[in-house]
Amino acid sequence: MARLPSPQEELKERYGPHLNYVPPGGWSEASRQPPEKLVKTHCCFCGQQCGIQLKVRNNQVIGFEPWEEFPFNRGMLCPKGVKRYMQSNHPDRLLNPLLRTDSGFRDSTWDEALDFTVRRLREVQERYGKDAVALYGGASLTSEKSYLLGKFARVALGTRHIDYNGRLCMVSAGTAYKLAFGVDRSPNPWSDIPEAQVVLVTGANVADCAPITTDYLWRCRDNGGKLIVIDPRMTPVTRNADLYLPVRPGTDVALLMGILHVVLREGWEKRDFINRHTLGFDEVAKSVQPWDPRKTAELTGVPPESIERAARWFAGAERAIALHARGIEHQSKGVENVLSVINLCLATGNIGRAGAGCMMITGQGNGQGGREHGQKCDQLPGQRSISDPEARRHVAKVWGIEPDEIPQAGYSAVEIMEAIHRGEIKALLSICFNPLVSLPDAGFTREALERLEFFGVVDFFLSETAQHADVVLAGSLQEEEEGIVCSAEGRVLHIQKAVDPPGNARGDIRIYVDLAHRLGKKKFFPYRDGHDIFEELREASRGGPADYFGITYEKIDDQMGVFWPCPTLDHPGTPRLFEGFRFFHPDGKARFVVAEYRESGDPVNEEFPVYLTTGRVVSQYLSGTQTRRIGALVDQHPAPRLEIHPRLAETLGIKPDDWVTVTTRRREITLQALVVKTIRPDTVFIPYHWPGQQSANQLTHRTLDPRSKIPEYKVSACRLRKAEEPPDWARTGKAHASANSSFPILEERY
Amino acid sequence: MFGYEFYVDPSRCIGCQSCINACAECETHRGHSMIHVDFIDRPSSLASVPFVCMHCDDPTCAQVCPADAIKKNEDGVVQSSLKPRCIACSNCVLACPFGIPKVITEFEQMMKCDMCYDRTSAGKRPMCATVCPSQALAYVTPEKIGRRREQPSNTFYFGRQKVTTKVFMMLPPEHQALNVDVVDYMWEGES
Repeated sequence: MARLPSPQEELKERYGPHLNYVPPGGWSEASRQPPEKLVKTHCCFCGQQCGIQLKVRNNQVIGFEPWEEFPFNRGMLCPKGVKRYMQSNHPDRLLNPLLRTDSGFRDSTWDEALDFTVRRLREVQERYGKDAVALYGGASLTSEKSYLLGKFARVALGTRHIDYNGRLCMVSAGTAYKLAFGVDRSPNPWSDIPEAQVVLVTGANVADCAPITTDYLWRCRDNGGKLIVIDPRMTPVTRNADLYLPVRPGTDVALLMGILHVVLREGWEKRDFINRHTLGFDEVAKSVQPWDPRKTAELTGVPPESIERAARWFAGAERAIALHARGIEHQSKGVENVLSVINLCLATGNIGRAGAGCMMITGQGNGQGGREHGQKCDQLPGQRSISDPEARRHVAKVWGIEPDEIPQAGYSAVEIMEAIHRGEIKALLSICFNPLVSLPDAGFTREALERLEFFGVVDFFLSETAQHADVVLAGSLQEEEEGIVCSAEGRVLHIQKAVDPPGNARGDIRIYVDLAHRLGKKKFFPYRDGHDIFEELREASRGGPADYFGITYEKIDDQMGVFWPCPTLDHPGTPRLFEGFRFFHPDGKARFVVAEYRESGDPVNEEFPVYLTTGRVVSQYLSGTQTRRIGALVDQHPAPRLEIHPRLAETLGIKPDDWVTVTTRRREITLQALVVKTIRPDTVFIPYHWPGQQSANQLTHRTLDPRSKIPEYKVSACRLRKAEEPPDWARTGKAHASANSSFPILEERY
Repeated sequence: MFGYEFYVDPSRCIGCQSCINACAECETHRGHSMIHVDFIDRPSSLASVPFVCMHCDDPTCAQVCPADAIKKNEDGVVQSSLKPRCIACSNCVLACPFGIPKVITEFEQMMKCDMCYDRTSAGKRPMCATVCPSQALAYVTPEKIGRRREQPSNTFYFGRQKVTTKVFMMLPPEHQALNVDVVDYMWEGES
């Protein structure tokens, strides 16, 4: 059913991605007029949620002005933030709902599109049961929308299958933090980073993925702090690392255990803290016993003396911070990798104090808030467990239903796609998610989408995934609806509505409320706008770990953000968790949890001898639905390149800029080589923002972490060969050649 | 802005090109960026360097201009060429020791960074230094920059040419000036 209705070229011609290079009205004309208003809001990209002021005129975003008073970024913005306004008034923007025809899509009225959607959802549920329908949400949505989606799935549709693309982002960290601390949030505010004497950055390409955090690291160095970086690639922050540990992909847990081994061997652990405030230390101590520096070095490829030094610095500091992100989390042992970071921090007493702690760098715009209020398959609002009877009672009361009417936990994001593939789930309603680009094993995803009996999408652009839809409901950009988000720091922020959705496009909230009404559930969805939903969300979160009850829009504006938990209206919020060493488990103690090394789900062998790892570039965001439409950001990185070390390249006869075919156990793609000494010689890297034959996720595999269900994007096995000729996309398009490429020197040199 | 100075610290640069993108937003040259970001040697390193105009005290670009088109303001900011005078000959492009000016063929005029004159004259910080995520480009007070690990200098030796500038370059502590030529380290008799 959900096959592409017309050839790719036609869809591309009509719906893009086209490149927008100019503000509304051009550089020299309309956009030069003074704005009617400056709207203080936040960037739509990434979990840092930088403050930004959008210039608005004639109901159009015409530019931006830095917001220097906002304390997190103080005016700083990465190139995505600078150019974000170019997504408004974009020629590709969907202005009407679309219905699929035999030859493509046609514009439709809202009544027709909504009625069709509701009819098909009902037909599927009547024929196959309630759980035959699944919902996908996204972590770029406001918390109000996330909350609405969770309630829509469980109350309006009665399905247990709802999950979101944060499943590809923060779940390993979240699972580990809940196990260790009883709560899923970065314990320290970012302002703690410059206060640390040692910062360990592990599996976090800070400069490209969380650029503003770079300034925090540099300020730490200005204060005399030392920087340790663990990564198979030298990323830009490595240029100032005092110690660089080039870990072999997938062996992070061993390296971190090796560091803890040295700490314990030397007796540097903080016994008093461990005895009074933690449980489980002895088991962890025993588990790191075998990981002496020599054995650790052999597995991880990191020199024994570097392991010793990292341990000495981290344990020797009065205040140390460990920052981690997807590098260690996107693995089939992602939870264990994070647990081993936490174990190191607990053993050295680095938690619950200024300048001391472990911090996850949440990736997506509302990556934190988007996972707290109910679009995660196993959670109810307030970060409550859906299997907890008390939580079900509380939320059922707020929703006006019986606790038994709330379905139990459903499948996670990748499991939903697998259930679609095997025919268990027949219909999908998706928003803010581009699984064809972002899920692993893209060929499998495409097969699954083609098996859907009904596929509805809410989107503002026709993403690669939306091209497969039966109906596309034209939704809203971040700047078109008011709401809240929660940044990587745990700081709840106010997203302002700057402009109305253009044409006949509608706010996402109105679309889902409308659908709920048409499904006959009007009394459960009485919302006029996001504010109504927020008032209910406050109640629903009350008493949960992520307690928002004391937060109001006005309070956020007054304080420039409120850190949760904030249980009462007179509570100032909680910038730093665990002060006084009170953790969120009922006994108040933190847990050491044993982590173990095991092989990747896609192991290297003679046939596939090279590690493949994937990640981001600074000018693109996730699946690129928005950023591949902004000219300046595309020019910076027009196409993915294969990073390969000259030592490996030489053995394969690959020279700089050669085309190289990368093959994994799934499929192969051909990319141009970027021969650089900034990556391990046993590893290659591909950024993942592109679709089709440029997609890194054609190559990746679907092995999941057993607890967090995150896919193992960071470790695959591949083989490489020099390609005879460029791939089709490089011969027909201009995609790979640009005067403004990031690597002008490289191009001149060769 | 009174009390604020411009500082460039290549060691902080992450090559993100935020500055380039932000520069194009400026009122006096919308759509055109006046900033250069170079990867020094990408095959070997991620080191990158951002360059804005250094605003020399005695600008070489103005010295070599046959049309007398390049002027310095009282506050030390060297402006883009005066459109009625500029003949787009590129003398300045060739002569600038820092490689800053560009001849924009579309306008047949040399243009370069004017330290966001439209912003700084109205009490706002330059766009690039405001947005720079690593603060490799910084427009702050001398007191604030003094807290950094690297320290500012505005004296450069290009062989026998001594250049002092309005913009400061951050150097490792204890470096008073930046010497770029072996000649700067040689004894060639009393000069």
